[in-house]
Amino acid sequence: MSSILESIDFYFILESLIKIAIVFVIGLLSPVGMNWVERRTLALIQNRLGPNRVGPFGLLQSIADGIKFVFKEDIIPLAANRWLYTLAPIVMVIPAFMVTIVYPFGPEIDLPFIGPTKMYVTNFNVGLLYVLAMTSLGVYGIILAGWGSNSKYSLLGGLRSSAQVISYELSLSLALVGAMLQSGSLDLVKIVENQSGWGGMQWHIFMFQPLGFIIYLISAIAETNRVPFDLPEAETELVGGFHTEYSSSLKFAMLFMAEYVNMLTVAVLATVVFLGGWNGPFVKDFPVLGLLYFFIKISFFMFLYIWLRGTLPRFRYDQLMNFGWKVLLPLALINIVISAVIGLIVY
Amino acid sequence: MVPLSWYLALSAVLFTIGVVGVVIQRNIIVLFMCIELMLNAVNLTLVSFSRYLGDVTGQLFVFIVMAVAAAEAAVGLAIIISLFRNRETLNVDEADLLKL
Amino acid sequence: MEQIAIDIPRLLFLAFAGIAVVAAFNLILQRNPIYSALSLIVTLCVMAALFLLLNAPFIAVIQIVVYAGAIMVLFVFVIMLLNIREEESKIDRQKYLKWLAAPMFLALLAQVFAVIRYVDTTPPSIPSANAPGGNPAESLGTVESIANAMFTTYVLPFEATSVLILMAIVGSMLLAKRDSKQDIERIETALDAEQAEQEQAHLAAEKSNKEVAA
Repeated sequence: MSSILESIDFYFILESLIKIAIVFVIGLLSPVGMNWVERRTLALIQNRLGPNRVGPFGLLQSIADGIKFVFKEDIIPLAANRWLYTLAPIVMVIPAFMVTIVYPFGPEIDLPFIGPTKMYVTNFNVGLLYVLAMTSLGVYGIILAGWGSNSKYSLLGGLRSSAQVISYELSLSLALVGAMLQSGSLDLVKIVENQSGWGGMQWHIFMFQPLGFIIYLISAIAETNRVPFDLPEAETELVGGFHTEYSSSLKFAMLFMAEYVNMLTVAVLATVVFLGGWNGPFVKDFPVLGLLYFFIKISFFMFLYIWLRGTLPRFRYDQLMNFGWKVLLPLALINIVISAVIGLIVY
Repeated sequence: MVPLSWYLALSAVLFTIGVVGVVIQRNIIVLFMCIELMLNAVNLTLVSFSRYLGDVTGQLFVFIVMAVAAAEAAVGLAIIISLFRNRETLNVDEADLLKL
Repeated sequence: MEQIAIDIPRLLFLAFAGIAVVAAFNLILQRNPIYSALSLIVTLCVMAALFLLLNAPFIAVIQIVVYAGAIMVLFVFVIMLLNIREEESKIDRQKYLKWLAAPMFLALLAQVFAVIRYVDTTPPSIPSANAPGGNPAESLGTVESIANAMFTTYVLPFEATSVLILMAIVGSMLLAKRDSKQDIERIETALDAEQAEQEQAHLAAEKSNKEVAA
């Protein structure tokens, strides 16, 4: 037994555990904050007030909702498949949170008392692929929720959603290939470091990937089932899509949380791959600024989601499929060829 | 460290379970899944030998096996769908006429 | 028998192997295809973990992207599309196969283990730092090393695979496509019947209206 104890690096484990705890709390709390911001901003766009009763400016509204989720009765529909119905939210929420460990929040910062600390839990050689792998596992949650509920609205929503996610995942990953070619790595931290030129402004979106960025943006919005691609949960025709039968209990809260963490993940990926991650002016001298830049970039994406939701109408289903397969996918392939040619000329 | 033989044993067990599944199951979709399981067992052997011999070839083969499995799944599921359309069954015993 | 040393990788291996075997058994014993599919997904994910344990991160991630994220989604999608519920219990025409399965399982297993015992007599354990071939063990499973091999020594198999996938795309489209002419005819006849029905209902309603008016 002593050999086991000797082989463990306790300091490393402690550090990792603390970091995981911090990232997990960020993941848990971000839906709460994002939900409040979304409702207020949407209200502003639509010229109404939004939640404003619970706490100052309605700040505590999301927390009140969360408490309601915990205390409401958990109803499983009689016709539903109990196993799949219970499994679906779990399957959806676990990969969503597993991605959070590779978020590169900032550069190495010299913390007081602790010393230089890396602002991410872990980082590996295939980080980008890991993110894609975990997001692709989220589809199972949607499929199982749609099928297990045993209701026509859920089934239709689940079918639509999984078809949409599968089709847009292609153009999403192909849009990233251009940036991969340029940085020559799949390692998220190396991709960020590759964009640190020009005083921290040599982002991939400026360095020959504007087309890739636009393709990524559109497919990311479709991937997270947001307006204008929110057909899977179109209230006016499908009631609630795949989560119709989930009454507002903890299971619904899990589905909801997974959706928001997925939104956060695609925003982080866009920031890291196209917008230079933590890079920006003066980051080399003051590394703490990196965290701020990262936060601002992600907030911009979150605002974009809400902005689009307040502005655009919904696509029709055939338009959505045609757009994904006949416009975005060829454009993404062209983008790869262009990036390869540019890479040959420039580097 | 984990000895090579442990990996080989696990891979053998999984492969055998796949074979048994092909024999006892009659649902064509499950048969397909058993074949995927067998392919995966072989992949495990290839990767562990690649690590053992310090040669990357094994991992490359796994990559190619996965591509073949993807192609196989696409064609196979298309066949299953057209079979179900024409016969309304997924039982392999009832699809034995060599014509649709 | 010498003492088997237990360390962290071995414990992890045993845990993963246990999950994989249980899930694989569940795959072949379930009657409902969706449960089989779910247990296969568990096996595949555990397999990815084993690849990580073997220091092959690229293969592990590709395993999840391709197998769990694409192939199995396709399976589950087809199960959902065809709406296959519990398998109806029909008379099994090849029932003797089930009795054949257990002995066959044991025989195959015994044979393989006999071979493995032979392997086990050559001691080096898996991640050997100075392996023959000169590859440092750490860089073996990375994207760079696999890409190097793929685009130099093994270009031809790689290209052949891409041709294979192209053929698979064409083939599956051809297979899954319905005969559109037949389809249109079917829909048209259905629509015609519906229209006729509606007209009849309309006529009947008018008739009854007239009667009421009269």
